[in-house]
Amino acid sequence: MVPFAGWEMPVQYEGVIPEHLAVRSDAGAFDVSHMGQLHVEGPATAEFLQSVLSNDIDRLADGEAQYTLLTTESGGIVDDLIVYRMSHGHYLLVVNAGNREAAYGWLKERERRGTEVRDASDEYALVAVQGPKSLARLGLDDGEQFTHGMGEVGGIEVMVCRTGYTGEKGVELLSADEDGAALWDFVIGQDVVPCGLGARDTLRLEVCYPLHGNDITTETDAISAGLGWVCALDTGFTGAEALRRIKDAGPERRLVAFTMEEKAVPRQGMAIEGGGEVTSGTHSPSLDVGIGMGYVPVAQAAEGQELEIDVRGRPRRARVVKKPIYRKES
Amino acid sequence: MAANESYPDDLRYHPEHDWARIDGDEAVLGITWYAQDALGELVHFEAPRLGAALTKDQAYAEVESVKAVSDVIAPLSGEVLAVNEKAVEEPETINGDPYGEGWLVRIRLSDASEADGLMAVDAYRAHVAEQ
Repeated sequence: MVPFAGWEMPVQYEGVIPEHLAVRSDAGAFDVSHMGQLHVEGPATAEFLQSVLSNDIDRLADGEAQYTLLTTESGGIVDDLIVYRMSHGHYLLVVNAGNREAAYGWLKERERRGTEVRDASDEYALVAVQGPKSLARLGLDDGEQFTHGMGEVGGIEVMVCRTGYTGEKGVELLSADEDGAALWDFVIGQDVVPCGLGARDTLRLEVCYPLHGNDITTETDAISAGLGWVCALDTGFTGAEALRRIKDAGPERRLVAFTMEEKAVPRQGMAIEGGGEVTSGTHSPSLDVGIGMGYVPVAQAAEGQELEIDVRGRPRRARVVKKPIYRKES
Repeated sequence: MAANESYPDDLRYHPEHDWARIDGDEAVLGITWYAQDALGELVHFEAPRLGAALTKDQAYAEVESVKAVSDVIAPLSGEVLAVNEKAVEEPETINGDPYGEGWLVRIRLSDASEADGLMAVDAYRAHVAEQ
């Protein structure tokens, strides 16, 4: 167990590699109750969220969800999160554990008449069940990605969210906090492999989902990070002006994905020859090769570009690849 | 597949969880069951070059799991005569058979008397129990 944002979290149960492979080929479960839940409610909520979140919230109907960013004036990223539209004037934001207070504080400070932000994180447990067999194991039908609805799993009332952080089919189940242990036990009882933080990181990195704190921070902007697709610049959200300037001028550096051409495991903080830096790195259990993401000058950001990474004093070759690094064959 | 915990009687042990199988003026080196278990499934063995000089108590290689990288400490001084290419190509071999197919390097000892400073199996077991 390791301390993580004030929680004691297992890095692994059986082992990172078997857990990772179980999610890719079968089904795995992650206890992600450490993530934060913020309710935002009131008649002016949609208008308020549109002004602080990067994506176009007007595109959401009840029962739909969207990946979005909480941005600073200069286009930096306070947090990346998923917003679920519950009903007219009521949205649920699921934020990163480490940013729960920052995100809450940021929103609370900007709250306006007709909308109220409430940190409800302690009221919920959250279990992610991911993998090609995950829905069948839980007796759930295939549902459209980025939708949600109330349901029952193992006799426990849950909000079934068709979202995840692995690149696989799956759900995230939000239950009352007091039902969390029973929900976890039920899921694990359905021949679903318990997975820790280690596999969560390797799975998300293979499909190039950014990790806030590593790949995106308040110091990095959405355009350079390749997240322009979740920035509806016309909505005029906080930082939209700055992001438009970066977009128009073209960013100076880009967040690229790469695979190692030589044996080595890239790690966060390693220098990339030419002025770049690795922001996430690991060994890919699916591809059996070192993989990572990092910021490099645009001149080095094209697919196929060779990179040289300083692995504790040893220069090792890597190559820029198209995102995602791992793609399902079928 | 991970091996079961074991510490062979015929090896000499270093407190940094390395073993040496001494044979005349040569020795085969590796990491103990305890070390590989603490690291988890290994994905990379950064081996020294042939001919490299190892100094007792200093790092001469790295082993790396998905989670972490760790220096490998030389239990004895000497010159690298051979590197286990199987451990380089399939690092999980070190997990599966840390004292056999998962050996790391073979060296020519530069000072055979250094072996006197290493632990016999009972002392090493006691050392592991304290971790």
